[in-house]
Amino acid sequence: METLTYRDALRRALAEAMTEDADIVVIGEEVGRYGGAYGVTKDLIQTFGPDRMIDTPISEPAIVGVAVGAAMTGLRPVAELMYIDFLGMSMDQLANQAAKIRYMFGGQIGVPMVLRTQGGTGRSAGAQHSQSLEAWVMHTPGLRLAMPATVADAYHLLRHSLTLPDPVVFIEHKALYARKEAVDLTAPVPPWGKAAVRRIGDDLVIVTYSRQLHFALEAAARLAETGIEATVIDLRTLNPLDIDTLRAEVERVGKAMVVSEGALTAGVAAELSSRISEECFDFLEQPVVRLAGEDVPIAVSPALEGASVPGVDLIVQTAERLVRW
Amino acid sequence: MQSAEAGQDSGGATGDAGHNRALADLYRTMRRIRSFEERVGELFLRGESAGSMLHLSIGEEAAAAGICAGMRPQDSFTTHHRGHGIFLARGAEPQRMMAEIAGKRDGYCHGKGGSMHIADMGLGHLGANAIVGGGIPAVVGAGLSSKRKRLGSVSVAFFGDGAMQQGILYESMNMAALWDLPVLFVCINNQYGMGTRVDQATRATDFEKRAQAFGLDGRAVDGLDVEAVRQVAGEMIDAARAGRPGFLTVSCYRFFGHARMDKSPYRDASEEAEGRKKDPVAFARDRLIAEALADAATLDQLDAEIGREMDASIEFAIAAEAPEQAAMFRDVFAAGEPEPEPLRTRLDRVLARR
Repeated sequence: METLTYRDALRRALAEAMTEDADIVVIGEEVGRYGGAYGVTKDLIQTFGPDRMIDTPISEPAIVGVAVGAAMTGLRPVAELMYIDFLGMSMDQLANQAAKIRYMFGGQIGVPMVLRTQGGTGRSAGAQHSQSLEAWVMHTPGLRLAMPATVADAYHLLRHSLTLPDPVVFIEHKALYARKEAVDLTAPVPPWGKAAVRRIGDDLVIVTYSRQLHFALEAAARLAETGIEATVIDLRTLNPLDIDTLRAEVERVGKAMVVSEGALTAGVAAELSSRISEECFDFLEQPVVRLAGEDVPIAVSPALEGASVPGVDLIVQTAERLVRW
Repeated sequence: MQSAEAGQDSGGATGDAGHNRALADLYRTMRRIRSFEERVGELFLRGESAGSMLHLSIGEEAAAAGICAGMRPQDSFTTHHRGHGIFLARGAEPQRMMAEIAGKRDGYCHGKGGSMHIADMGLGHLGANAIVGGGIPAVVGAGLSSKRKRLGSVSVAFFGDGAMQQGILYESMNMAALWDLPVLFVCINNQYGMGTRVDQATRATDFEKRAQAFGLDGRAVDGLDVEAVRQVAGEMIDAARAGRPGFLTVSCYRFFGHARMDKSPYRDASEEAEGRKKDPVAFARDRLIAEALADAATLDQLDAEIGREMDASIEFAIAAEAPEQAAMFRDVFAAGEPEPEPLRTRLDRVLARR
């Protein structure tokens, strides 16, 4: 066992993958000399040099577009978008190009690139630096989507993403970079595309991913003190989506709640809730409840920012109402 | 497949013999493009094309033939939505192109891409694009691969004057210049972005100056004269291969409407008549005859042969089969990955549980 931060695990995954695969290059703003806005790529330029840690001008559409072309011609680029909010700049290259190239061209070629970015609240970064836009990605056929919550998954999901034949959007959470865990990175983790059942209980199922996993686990611990036992599922990847694990747990327990930081309407929580309702209708004792971001932009004020996304208290209160309906 | 159309520069020979062959080859390439595009129009009129979003490059043949003559087999390229001619000039098979335009299984992309998304990795075609400017940054990525992996390849982005007003072009030109990449940007200025004439889209129509401002070798050439295009493109592709990226704007006139349903109400007949005088195919033909490099009867015979070849592409496309329904779920992800669950399968499963 060793103690690592989420940031350290990401950096180690990148460094090991780059050592093993000379075709991996990192392309983005401040990824080289600066070391990444959140320090993920710190010092990698000393090992791999500026030809593989490629600092770009501030040109988010071209960062993604160049990665697409490089991926089609023999490299395995890791494009970095400093904030997922910048996806608004890059969406053509991601959704119209990267996601569709294999299909449009009849399967001739894939785009083996990883788009690393980070999202979420927690730093008073304001409405243009705090969003959870995973629904934009999940809504686009052709893209894989990984959202690690734990230190071990930050490492393993990134390593695995760097072996895949199709474009992967890899969304980190800005509030998790400094999170420390004692981990053994040689210990097995669920395979790519399988959810992790992080806690088992018989009273309700909480389905979540990314930072909300930690809120859900804290809530589950508090609920246990009042006699409510929750199952907590960490999806790990939203594409592939592990419906089998969801179905098995929800059918066993009969009550489900989905927790996501993304905005409520037409969001990931809506999709998960709908899938569970369709797949498990006969087993559900209550409606599937969505806890998601309020349908508002994210405010800078910590008082408003924190209240605009689910948290431990809301999960606990909602679980109690759901179980004692 | 002719060597000139496979990307070999047959104009490299010196002396009259080389010149003769070069112009004759370029003429042949341009005539094939013209004839193919005419057949695309016919396919549409016969109701056999997949839709009406067919953008003909008639009037722009010199750009395709002249630039592709300077490319080598290992070179790659992307095109805009008006890219049939470029692909043909790079060696595409007309039958498979026409089948793709008809949305058939035997097309280059098995009927999934069509006219605007045709591609072929074997010929270095990284894809036509229906987003104006959308394919431009990919050549910068290809240039990065070429440089890092020492492939010795150049990547060429072909786009229209419409893309000159898209931001992605400037990001891409800036990076190519900054990193000394083996890349050539080619603007085929046919004077119109759909129905908007170029002077209605910008006050600065000397596009090469914009490229020069980014540190690229920016040049302009008249797309009437295919030999002039070939000459300047050859120099610029060689320079790009040596790490000096460039930008070339080729002026021409779009003879017909934007797409098949467009009757060009935004321009009058006299303008069109004037514009169509700028015909690179007729210009090359006249020069071949004037310089006694070919006689009219020989060229007529060549034109007729090409016409028959292109007629056959229509018949091939019409006879070809549509993709099977199961192909819909293929190629979203790599082969071997689970395919998306069809809606009907999911409904059957969900409703059977009741």
